Amino acid sequence: MKEIVIISGKGGTGKTSITAAYAMLGGEEVIVADCDVDAADMHLLLQPDWAYAEDFYSGQLAGIAEEKCLHCGKCARICRFKAIDLIDGKYQVNNLNCEGCGYCHYACPADAIIMEEQNVGKFYISRTKAANSLVHAKLKIGAENSGKLVAKVKKEAKRLAEEQNSRYIIVDGSPGIGCPVVSSLSGADYVVLVTEPTVSGLHDLRRVYQLVKKFHIAAGCIINKADLNTEVTAEIREFLKEEKIDHIMDIPYDEAFTKAMTLGKTIVEYKGTNLESRISESWILLKKILRSEK
Amino acid sequence: MKIAIASGKGGTGKTTLSTNLASFFAGKQDVALIDLDVEEPNSGLFITGELVHSEDKHKMIPVWDKEKCTFCGRCQQVCHFHAIISLGTQIMVFPELCHSCYACSELCPTNALPMDFRKMGELKHWKEGSLSFIESRLDIGQEQAVPLIAQTLTYVAENFSADNILLFDAPPGTSCPVIEATKDADFVILVTEPTPFGLHDLKLAVETMQELKKQFGVVINRYGIGNDEVIDYCHKNGIDILAKFPNDRRIAELYSRGELVYEKFPEFRKQLELVADYISNLQQGGGK
Repeated sequence: MKEIVIISGKGGTGKTSITAAYAMLGGEEVIVADCDVDAADMHLLLQPDWAYAEDFYSGQLAGIAEEKCLHCGKCARICRFKAIDLIDGKYQVNNLNCEGCGYCHYACPADAIIMEEQNVGKFYISRTKAANSLVHAKLKIGAENSGKLVAKVKKEAKRLAEEQNSRYIIVDGSPGIGCPVVSSLSGADYVVLVTEPTVSGLHDLRRVYQLVKKFHIAAGCIINKADLNTEVTAEIREFLKEEKIDHIMDIPYDEAFTKAMTLGKTIVEYKGTNLESRISESWILLKKILRSEK
Repeated sequence: MKIAIASGKGGTGKTTLSTNLASFFAGKQDVALIDLDVEEPNSGLFITGELVHSEDKHKMIPVWDKEKCTFCGRCQQVCHFHAIISLGTQIMVFPELCHSCYACSELCPTNALPMDFRKMGELKHWKEGSLSFIESRLDIGQEQAVPLIAQTLTYVAENFSADNILLFDAPPGTSCPVIEATKDADFVILVTEPTPFGLHDLKLAVETMQELKKQFGVVINRYGIGNDEVIDYCHKNGIDILAKFPNDRRIAELYSRGELVYEKFPEFRKQLELVADYISNLQQGGGK
């Protein structure tokens, strides 16, 4: 079983559209994991049945028991996150600022501060229209620990893949280089970088690839909207060569991606474009690369 | 007046709006643009100027003092982030996981874990005419954007009057970095596109702003592609649509080269003026 993580650094380069297309093409061979838990969109294309849902608890928030509180103010003084304020004579926790570090809980001389496990979201296991399973999640608004929810989604996907003897797990990652991305990279066999030939696309590709390198994971790249700016596309190709990143495919600028999405379809289901054959080719090539990786 | 420019979905045009708006305002008044997408800061690819200030940004992490340690294990017990492990004869600190809460350091009975600086990124400040541009950039491998965003906001508060227009280019998503980047804003512009992904993530962003009790409005980018559901949603929920920037490959091409759009594209400029007027109106107390 091979785990493929699809990331981009920059948002909006086409990660989810491409991952969904691979999910369709892979069918029963794959398990799909939507690890962009902040803004999970995969379900809009794969139409899952939301068959199984479970609350996800992670991280804590402090709560002050007023009846035990001595009003000494120590908690407010030591909190580095300005999360405890004296309001109307009572010490109160500002949930948005509380990091859940627990320092106040340990420091309170009256044991008046309780740490409570937080329900930070839900994760789901679904069957999709592509005849495979999708593990996805919804993070609560403003919740922390998206990295941990990503780890949970990946763990469930792995368990399913073992159970169903699937060949591939394809993981749709989030933009950026922070904790959810780090979490999605851990344990991956191969990374697909989806980029676009814009100054931002290249800039963000370079940064996210530096992160990938720290994990020593082999990578390939898809240049989406490749004809938008041929000069930047040439620069990206040069970068791929220097870094020995597999150049999987160029995809031309095509509004068919958006048109297909508007119909709730993946690009390979959408008639009226010749992109389907290119995407199919790239999926076959990707599988070939994975077979040659030990 | 602090205006944050955010979105649920990435790649909807936050940076395009931020940089064009900053440049547009700069022709008339003092304005600062602050790139808070510290993981992938892009505004600097579109805005230039003279570098007036640059500093490393640090977070505080505990450093183990072997001589003082009695291996009581208290540090590991109080750390909720698994950033410190007691191995019996050695204490290991994992700086990337540390949230700088000071619990291990200050609860250590023998002061064996003093806090020390650890670099997490850089802040730079450029100036050109009436436009200031501040960018913070997280070091690769650092997982937490929030402390760097918080320190950048402190720098801005110390260096700029709230009478100026301050534009904050926020990171995508709805989790902690977005909260940090928008929680002090007077108004938030949510940039979206008229597609199912755009609508889905806009709804999440709207919920986030409601939770934060923020005033906000929507800007639609790539208008003309997709469908009308974003517009219907905004109308039904009484959300102001500030402007609709047209879907046009030529805009994407200008963006791809790192160029500002409004100087070359009259329809884009017209929409940008709508956003600028809306902000000026808010600034003069004409907001709702």
